[in-house]
Amino acid sequence: MSRRSIALAVVGILLVALPLFAGNYALSVATLILYFAYTGQAWNVMMGFAGQLSLGHALYVGVGAYAAGGLFFYYGIGPWAGLWLAIALCVALGLAIGFLAFRFGISGVYFALLTIAFAEFTRIGFDHFGWTGGPGGMFLRVAQRDTWDLANFRGPPLMYYYAMLALTALAFLACSLLLRSKAGYYWQAIRENEEAARALGINAFRWKLLAVAISAAMTAVAGVFFAFYYNNLFPEQIFNISRSIEIILGPVIGGVGTLFGPVLGAAVLTLLSDGITEALGAMGFDIPGVKQVFYGLVLLGVVMFLPHGIWPPIARRLRL
Amino acid sequence: MPALDLVANVVVSGILTGLVYGLMALGLSVIFGVVRVVNFAHGEMMTIAMYAATVLFAALHLDPFLAVLPVAAAFFVFGYALQSALINPFITRPEHSQFMLLVAVAIILVNAMLMIFGPDARNVQVDYQLESIELGRILVDKARLFAAIAAIVAAAALFAFFRYTLTGKAIRACADNYLGARVVGLNVKHLYALTFGLGAACVAIAGCAMVVLVDVTPPLGPSYTLLAFVIVIVGGLGSMGGALLGGVLIGVSEALAGLFIAPSAKSMFSFGLLILVLLLRPQGLLGRRA
Repeated sequence: MSRRSIALAVVGILLVALPLFAGNYALSVATLILYFAYTGQAWNVMMGFAGQLSLGHALYVGVGAYAAGGLFFYYGIGPWAGLWLAIALCVALGLAIGFLAFRFGISGVYFALLTIAFAEFTRIGFDHFGWTGGPGGMFLRVAQRDTWDLANFRGPPLMYYYAMLALTALAFLACSLLLRSKAGYYWQAIRENEEAARALGINAFRWKLLAVAISAAMTAVAGVFFAFYYNNLFPEQIFNISRSIEIILGPVIGGVGTLFGPVLGAAVLTLLSDGITEALGAMGFDIPGVKQVFYGLVLLGVVMFLPHGIWPPIARRLRL
Repeated sequence: MPALDLVANVVVSGILTGLVYGLMALGLSVIFGVVRVVNFAHGEMMTIAMYAATVLFAALHLDPFLAVLPVAAAFFVFGYALQSALINPFITRPEHSQFMLLVAVAIILVNAMLMIFGPDARNVQVDYQLESIELGRILVDKARLFAAIAAIVAAAALFAFFRYTLTGKAIRACADNYLGARVVGLNVKHLYALTFGLGAACVAIAGCAMVVLVDVTPPLGPSYTLLAFVIVIVGGLGSMGGALLGGVLIGVSEALAGLFIAPSAKSMFSFGLLILVLLLRPQGLLGRRA
């Protein structure tokens, strides 16, 4: 076995065994880390693999969450059916945005701003759309915390933790396979030099659309999880541009285009944010905003001094 | 159906507010046009200028239109320092890296303001805010008119600077051809910092003018950042006239959407307009194709 698979196995066993020695609070933090690792992985398919910068991934989280959440709220249809609606809607949306953008030759900063525009447009639309409950929000029936109701995805924190762990593991596996598939090599060629890739006969338009569709589908699943984990949905929160930025932070800090980067970045950022809250609380600094200023400063430091993220230097040191 | 008079009034006030938006976006456009970096902390800088004007007003009873001078000078220095210390090393890095850098700056700025000023809205109260001028059947708020005039004067000064001064021409040379500018011996890093300083000064003036029209809260920062993006894309990233035109268009569309639909839906039209422009004319209304 390579050093890489041994490391992976150790991390996997630790994560599966974590609930044995973690309390509910630690479990909720771990669930959050896995959630960001998963969404980061999804975003990475588009940006890290195919080089298309999306700053509007909150769109897919939100549409996924409202699709499955709405079916459950209005018709009592459980998330296992809602999941497919969420995926279908987000893939359609991603394909539509990608089709328009790539057909009209929009790339780079312009593409990024287009993704923001679609997310913001949807946010304000959902705020004025009666079916979603508008700014007042949509509230799903709160979970029974002591029984496992898998059909409706209702249960104790342990269930959500394992669900998120399974999702993250699947995403990791899928991404590692994708990266070494034909599509993965085409994407990397497009990312490095689209003109050269096209000159070699790669249909960049079609492969970029595939990246958007896969990324949107994966993010839709995160949205369904979000809806059933938090039980309340507000357009202002779920579609907010800061949600999109949160999704990006993990992979950028961890290492864009790498497999481990999104996971490591999510862990570092979530623990950092929690650690700052704890430390400031212990020191009695309770002014709103202090925490985020620290967070911003650390972010600034990482972006300035580790341009390729935290993971590549660690991987080199550990020879993984 | 609202009366024609009302619509005319709303359009005029939209144009005037739009000119202030335009000046704010002009700062973003100039920075992008020359440095090729999208300033994701633009709206946050705008709100800092607005807070600065409220502080100067509370402490010294300085009218916001006089506060323009010290605030713009301070912003010029801040912008120059930000570009030379933080952004210049990022010029050759990929876009997402530049984006992250400015997001970090924006997070720090918006939360520093939350720490210092708290979440409550602040404003300035000057007597001309309640006065208006009657032009036939149209009533024009004095404060809005002054704000628009300040924006036009500042924009005209910036146009003149880029057209007639040697430094302005040197900056345009950097924007046209980075390598060529270095070959003829221009200090590109200094000129970039100067450009960022000028862009920041535009925001400062726009902020001082805006604070007589609206109250300022920390969350206004991110929404102004988005607004500035919409305006420069609609007008054409890097085009100075486009930024002003875009500002006026967005100002009017916001005002009309507020009148006919709901004030809270107003930015939906701006984003809709943005999507249309990106798809049909990605270089913007007045932009040149790259």
